[in-house]
Amino acid sequence: MIEAELSRSVARWYPGASGVTGAAKLSGGASQETWRFDIVHPDGAIGAILRRSPKGYGAAPTRAAGLAAEAQLMQLAFEAGLPSPRVMHVLTPEDDLGTGFIMQRVEGETIARKILRDEEYAAARPLLARQIGGVLAGLHRLPKDKLPELRSRSATQEIAEFERDYRSLNWPKPVFELALRWLRDHDPGPSAETTLVHGDFRNGNLIIGADGVRAVLDWELAHLGDPMEDLGWVCVNSWRFGEIDKPVGGFGTREELFAGYEAAGRNVDPARVKFWEVMGTLRWGIMCGGMMQRFREGPDHSMERAMIGRRASETEIDLLRLLAPRGS
Amino acid sequence: MQDEPTPIELTKAVADFLRSDITPLISGHQAFKLRVAINILDLVTRQLTQEEGSDAAEVERLRALLGMDGSVTELNRALAERIAKGEVDLATPGLAEHLWATTMDKLAVDQPNYASYKRELGRGG
Repeated sequence: MIEAELSRSVARWYPGASGVTGAAKLSGGASQETWRFDIVHPDGAIGAILRRSPKGYGAAPTRAAGLAAEAQLMQLAFEAGLPSPRVMHVLTPEDDLGTGFIMQRVEGETIARKILRDEEYAAARPLLARQIGGVLAGLHRLPKDKLPELRSRSATQEIAEFERDYRSLNWPKPVFELALRWLRDHDPGPSAETTLVHGDFRNGNLIIGADGVRAVLDWELAHLGDPMEDLGWVCVNSWRFGEIDKPVGGFGTREELFAGYEAAGRNVDPARVKFWEVMGTLRWGIMCGGMMQRFREGPDHSMERAMIGRRASETEIDLLRLLAPRGS
Repeated sequence: MQDEPTPIELTKAVADFLRSDITPLISGHQAFKLRVAINILDLVTRQLTQEEGSDAAEVERLRALLGMDGSVTELNRALAERIAKGEVDLATPGLAEHLWATTMDKLAVDQPNYASYKRELGRGG
């Protein structure tokens, strides 16, 4: 039972803590798990989250920044006053919990459809697109000399990598070929400025409350690159959850996003944002193909994975809407 | 010739049974998985119903576009290669219309409730 290990761990680094209660797994693949629990303390319970790779899953996939880097980035964001959980402890071998970190729990909602529909968030929704612009500006301004070691990717390298991923699927898709050509023809070249890029900043990876964005999660795909990548990714139709006329996560307009970003003192290049939106749409489509492949080859022969494979066609219609729109 | 009832009738019967009789008995994560299973059966039923017609139309468009014959898979592979080589692009007469028609037929099977699809369906081609 994980509570025993967690209790021993918190007793070592949290003054006054006597143990933990209510440990429950929130999500977990084979290589990464998220647990919620409460630290028992004389001053009252402290909500916490464990994010870890269980023992035996040390090696991160090539695109992932690694849990140690994630912890460092979240702490940097927290210290810069951005919506981010406070990192409480980075796991060591003595914790006997694998690799990962423990952070303070931030209350709020992450389920995109609830955020887009529930009354509780009605007042926050119209503010979110602009607020997200401000948060992204803050992330892109985090001091580079304090960042952990991260992979660096230009647009040109990303196109080549996605093309390789797509070809390895042996899954001929004329619409994806068209998108790859478009991306090569519209490659904006090296960015004038290279910054931290969150890499998966979207509706679903944000904790939202009635007051707006409370935390940015899942820094797994953080890297150095073109800051416009994050602005494009947050606009990908797959993260609008049906609210297709509100490009920014189903909340609002690109103009509001850009205004929030610029109000925080940073410049937007709309053509680059469009490039990354097309790239992001194709990226999700190829990820769906990866799900199909893993379903077929096992070991995860799950129905959910199979059905995500069949969602590639959603990205095909979205790519056509971007690249070959019909009428108006 | 295989016997009847047809695969379409059979998958539909199983999906209806799970939806009406089993769903009320299941909760939690198993209920979520049951919903996924029913969605799969519905998708398969739609594919069995629509695939023959949409594949035939797709092959006909691909033959005209490429000036060659083959199975739907072979023709798609050939089109993908020609786009990759730059021999065919959106300026090629008929390509955009073909990709739109093919994609709309796919969504009709995969995700008929997807918002982009419903919007484009309303546009009427």
